Amino acid sequence: MDNMAGQKTSLSIVTNLSVVLLVVLWLVPTVGLLVSSFRDREQISETGWWASMFPVEAAYRVSPEPEDVTQDGDLYMFSGNLFAASDDVTAQGSGDVSGFGITGRDPGIATPGTTYGRLKLLVAEPDGGTDEENFETSWQTDATPDVPGEDEDGRPVQDFYIDRAVTVQANGDFTWMQDGEVSRPPTIYITAAAPPDFGLQNYEQILTSDNMDRAFINTLTVTIPATIIPILIAAFAAYALAWMDFRGRGFLIAMVVGLLVVPLQLALVPLLQLHNAVGIGQSFLGIWLAHTGFGLPLAIYLLRNYMVGLPRDIIESAKVDGATDFQVFTRIVLPLSFPALASFAIFQFLWTWNDLLVAKVFLPSNSESWVMTVKIADDLLGSRGGDWGILAAAAFISIAVPLVVFFAMQKYLVRGLLAGSVK
Amino acid sequence: MSPILQGILTIIIGVGGCVAYFYSSNWVLDKVIFPPRNDDHGRNINRATLVRPWLFLFPAMFALGLYLAYPVVGSFIRSLYNRSGDTFIGLGNYTQMFSEEGFRTAVLNNILWALFVPAAATFLGLLAAQLTDKLRWGNIAKSLIFMPMAISFVGASLIWKFVYANDPDIGIINAVRDFIGLSPVDPLQIPFWNNFFLMIILVWIQTGFAMVILSAALRGIPEETVEAAIIDGANPFQIFFRIKVPQIMGTIVVVWTTITILVLKVFDIVYAMTGGNFDTEILPSYMMDYMFRDDGRATAVAFVIMIIVLPVMVWNIRQARKEMR
Repeated sequence: MDNMAGQKTSLSIVTNLSVVLLVVLWLVPTVGLLVSSFRDREQISETGWWASMFPVEAAYRVSPEPEDVTQDGDLYMFSGNLFAASDDVTAQGSGDVSGFGITGRDPGIATPGTTYGRLKLLVAEPDGGTDEENFETSWQTDATPDVPGEDEDGRPVQDFYIDRAVTVQANGDFTWMQDGEVSRPPTIYITAAAPPDFGLQNYEQILTSDNMDRAFINTLTVTIPATIIPILIAAFAAYALAWMDFRGRGFLIAMVVGLLVVPLQLALVPLLQLHNAVGIGQSFLGIWLAHTGFGLPLAIYLLRNYMVGLPRDIIESAKVDGATDFQVFTRIVLPLSFPALASFAIFQFLWTWNDLLVAKVFLPSNSESWVMTVKIADDLLGSRGGDWGILAAAAFISIAVPLVVFFAMQKYLVRGLLAGSVK
Repeated sequence: MSPILQGILTIIIGVGGCVAYFYSSNWVLDKVIFPPRNDDHGRNINRATLVRPWLFLFPAMFALGLYLAYPVVGSFIRSLYNRSGDTFIGLGNYTQMFSEEGFRTAVLNNILWALFVPAAATFLGLLAAQLTDKLRWGNIAKSLIFMPMAISFVGASLIWKFVYANDPDIGIINAVRDFIGLSPVDPLQIPFWNNFFLMIILVWIQTGFAMVILSAALRGIPEETVEAAIIDGANPFQIFFRIKVPQIMGTIVVVWTTITILVLKVFDIVYAMTGGNFDTEILPSYMMDYMFRDDGRATAVAFVIMIIVLPVMVWNIRQARKEMR
């Protein structure tokens, strides 16, 4: 008996840990995308979101203005500081050069403190003439460059001279030298650690230049009427099925239960043909009607189940007092059914907001009528395939509203789920 | 007219129209057709009571009939015609479909989906429900596991596309592989297993649903049965598997079938993740490949889905009828 308490704590530790693990597993995908949606797009491709709090190695291009050029034989040179020369680097760089180079292909090829440059090799041609070849290498600043005895084709190298070269120190000090006069600012590449860069740039871009704002409004336009209209229609029907006595009631309830599981896919082709035939075509009106029709079985089922549970006394005493069914419904049953109405409204809202299938079929396929799901699935995933900052921002714009509704009205959602499936 | 304005107008016309319909039809019934006056007083009230349910039901039944019942028949008829819809070809669409490799792959994959997703989601949901049951922060944990329910399938696909990304600096799976020294892979292109990587997305979404319902069912279990088992010396595992699970078997079945039905309808995930490539096609996405191109074939696929769903439908109806008695 005395180790009972110990067992209990160890079990509770295991339980706590497993729940923590489960929750973390469930959250990681969403958190990853959420973090990425705020990150700078360059940084997303440099390091994973889990490292987003740490500095990122980034390449910069600096073109310092030549000042105080001195001449040493054929070589013209000038010095300065790269961080002072560029606003871009000062703003983002941490002040430590981790590598440098003279081409964009290899921006960080040389280590700070050495000299890197392009040499011209004078190569003996088989026919007796000489040829110049480019050769890039790095060397100790006070030494001379190491030059191979032969070039790639095995021809002997006779001599060389420095075409252009640069020495960069870790603190950004540099010395540029080149053969001939410095007429234009040279281009120097450096890599430096950039601090984490979070901001709303992705959101700004997707909303202003990628038409996501239009898609957002379209989604809203589809969702609100498609949520409100079925509620009223269903409420009356649910009342009839719950509290009125007539022949065929059982059959109708069974029909509603059966229609609950009819696959939507079945409805697409015939209804689109019907809409085309009566002139609705692919339009917002069409999708409102479709969502209303598709939402009705669940609405009637949920509301009927709830209304049946209302106390019989209230309804019967109202009838004894001379109230008609219409009055009983509007004055008593409808107000009392608010929780059920709310649960259905949330379901229908989430379902229409998140729907892709119905929107693809019943809305026109031009980009002005795209809702957000269609926009993401058909446009962004294709055209912006690798641009994760933009994709992540788009995803969060589309799931923000449902998440708010979800967390604000979870109580009703759970209640509705329970009424809908556990009976 | 801008869609927003059109939307507001539709809400007004829709809601106003409904209210007007219900109110005026009742008024006409009570005051004009069967007024409770004169000699016919009693008989008229009775007759009005006979008619009224149908007034209440008419809009809903009309919409249900037109938008759900008629398409079952309409789709079946359409599936008997060829692509352009002018030639009757009997079961031609079906026989041709069954002979095609792509359709068979879709059916096989769909069977995998229908087995794996409900099983995994129900199991994980049950696990989460039991584990969070006695925790002080259980409700917060439940909320977080339940959260993916609010996210669209497209949004969820995007979230997981990020997890599965090929680049070890983006996708966390490949980052882990990179960390332990393995070369990066694209999970969506591994034959056969890529199906499971897609299913995980739906499991991730549906576990919360299963958890919420099973958690309520677990709370409904009478305390005495659990207490009796503790007194008899049962360990926590025995209590869970031998005492609790058998008592909520009915709910487990409901959750399982609900998710199964859902699995047969979801096309978004496959559509957004792979577009049906790499042998990941399932029936709903296979149908969307033909939608707008070959309506005969599309309706035939839809009807196949309907036939698969039919047993569940019959079972649901029988359950509902049993309850009403």
